[in-house]
Amino acid sequence: MAAIEKVKVVVLGDSGVGKTSLTYLIAHNKPLLSPGWTVGCSVEVKLHRYKEGTQAQNTFFVELWDVGGSNNHRNTRNVFYQPTHGIILVHDLTNRKSQLNLQKWLSEILNQDSTNPTFQNVDVDPEQFLGSTQIPILVIGTKFDIAEENQKKNQYRRLASSIAEQCGADEIFVNCFQPRSLAPGTSNSVKLTRFFDKIIERRYYSRISPFTDKRRAIPPYLMATSTPLSNKRPENYLSPRFYHMD
Amino acid sequence: MTFLEDSLIVFISQAIFFIGGWIFFVKQLFRDYEVHHSLVQLIFSVTFALSCTMFELIIFEIIGYLDSSSRYFHWNLGLYSLLFMVIALIPFYIAYYCISNIQFLSRTHIRPLTIFVWLIYLYFFWKIGDPFPILSPKQGIFSIEQGVSRIGVIGVTVMALLSGFGAVNYPYTSMAIFIRPVTQADVLSIEKKLLQTMDMILVKKKRIALAEANSVGARQNYSMMDQSNVKSRGFWTNILSSVGSIANPLSQGTENISQLRQEIAALEELSRQLFLEAHDARTMREKIEWSNTFQGKYFNFLGYFFSLYCVWKIFISTINIVFDRVGKKRSSYQRLRARSPLAGLEHRPCFLVTACFLHIGGLYSTNEYTWFIAHVNEVLLQDFILEVLEHYSANPRPDNGYVFLFFRPSHAHEHAPRVQNYHYSSAGRFAVQLLP
Repeated sequence: MAAIEKVKVVVLGDSGVGKTSLTYLIAHNKPLLSPGWTVGCSVEVKLHRYKEGTQAQNTFFVELWDVGGSNNHRNTRNVFYQPTHGIILVHDLTNRKSQLNLQKWLSEILNQDSTNPTFQNVDVDPEQFLGSTQIPILVIGTKFDIAEENQKKNQYRRLASSIAEQCGADEIFVNCFQPRSLAPGTSNSVKLTRFFDKIIERRYYSRISPFTDKRRAIPPYLMATSTPLSNKRPENYLSPRFYHMD
Repeated sequence: MTFLEDSLIVFISQAIFFIGGWIFFVKQLFRDYEVHHSLVQLIFSVTFALSCTMFELIIFEIIGYLDSSSRYFHWNLGLYSLLFMVIALIPFYIAYYCISNIQFLSRTHIRPLTIFVWLIYLYFFWKIGDPFPILSPKQGIFSIEQGVSRIGVIGVTVMALLSGFGAVNYPYTSMAIFIRPVTQADVLSIEKKLLQTMDMILVKKKRIALAEANSVGARQNYSMMDQSNVKSRGFWTNILSSVGSIANPLSQGTENISQLRQEIAALEELSRQLFLEAHDARTMREKIEWSNTFQGKYFNFLGYFFSLYCVWKIFISTINIVFDRVGKKRSSYQRLRARSPLAGLEHRPCFLVTACFLHIGGLYSTNEYTWFIAHVNEVLLQDFILEVLEHYSANPRPDNGYVFLFFRPSHAHEHAPRVQNYHYSSAGRFAVQLLP
């Protein structure tokens, strides 16, 4: 077990959208029958086969940190955010507000300053996430079965969220009570696998800069580290504490 | 016709209140949720508009703004609508939505069950009014007095409970002597413990995941070996390896897994407690920072002042009860007022209006500080209010319809004689309570 590396994925979303059910489903392929209200953070672990079926196959642990989404715990939540290798944003397909709040969640996790734990109101430009050098994001919409029923009752509305387009992230729709939503072979599971692969690749395989010969930890601002491969990096988001070797 | 003009004014103000209630609902109450049943929004806005109309009508009554017959008509209309809402509509829909959320009931059972629950509610509602001598021989059973007096009693009790809660909660949250000293190092140490606990949970979960993967792999290997490898490998290696693969991972995996799951459950509980401790510590730090500001110091001083005031009021009420001093001694306000130069009838409506606004502001505020201040100011002005009511009851007019009374049972024994006058009054004059 000591030989198996890990990556950490933080699952964010409003209270009551189904993050705990979702993480349980991803980790165990079984629905969670009686989810309780999450206080603090609940973790699940998934053994993921990176690049399965190819020669470079390797096994990694994906830690899913499901952070409780209630508002009055906001000032303590940020202790779970560092370090983060991937973000899953969860919204409820029957509740439009939960999707609009994803923007706030994104800026909460990205505007972390470890010395000032209060919430900062800096707007994050989602277009920073385009490209391969940023933190991978996946957007998941839950309660798909109820949303489909509503669609049939002619309450048609667009299910896809705008934040996925802005960040260039994949989006999947899931019914957390149905293990077939993420069964292997469905397009949902393909996107999920691709997401995990992207995280692992970014964490462990893209550090071929000639100046570093050791694995470097991600700086606290969670921003992209520099690699000679990154040529689409915009200038404006670099933090003062960031240093890069070009 | 003046009746039409007056009605127009009242209806326009009702529409304004309705829109205000709607906007409050959308922007404040349902800020993070989506409205699935717009009936709820409608009921809320209508109730809010009707309550504000009652309040508006009492102000018009006092300053004598509109025609008295049209005022009477609108009073009746407002009161009957409010009674219908509170007794019939709102409990029915609360029961309906609660019952339709229960998952194991079929659709046909919801409506009869709702009606049954509503009838139970009506029975208890009727029962509450039995201890009070409200039933007077001149009015029938189904007159408006029955409903309004019961609602008055219940509303007053609820408001007294809320007042009591706020009076105790406010000093506890804002006064400096209740704030524990918490340093930044404490916060960091709790957070470190929390993260260590999360790491331990992760280690155990990884062991379970590996054990499960191994057991699945071993079973697959065993089934594969059974089919394909039997011929290619030697006989004894087959037997030994298959025995080995059955014996080791499965038994070892299962005994470890159940024990690991128990340990994980305990660690998760610990992580929740640590998280709540860290949250408390952070909140306390923020409160310490806030109490050093000017606003914090001001609220701290107010907390001391009003705590002493409440203690004094309790003391006086106890003495009044024990020594049965009803009606014989004047209250402190009366003694103050007799000496003040402001004693004049023309100032009263203004003070009453101020008291009303403070009370309404206090009721509908979400911040407990404004709530407390509003209530305390209302207490201070309460004697004004009762003076006004004395004035009105001393001059009974035929059109003196309904008198608005802010009343709190905690002060009942301080103003005991007036309680008896107003609560059990005769036809044409009785207490109406603003619905919270």
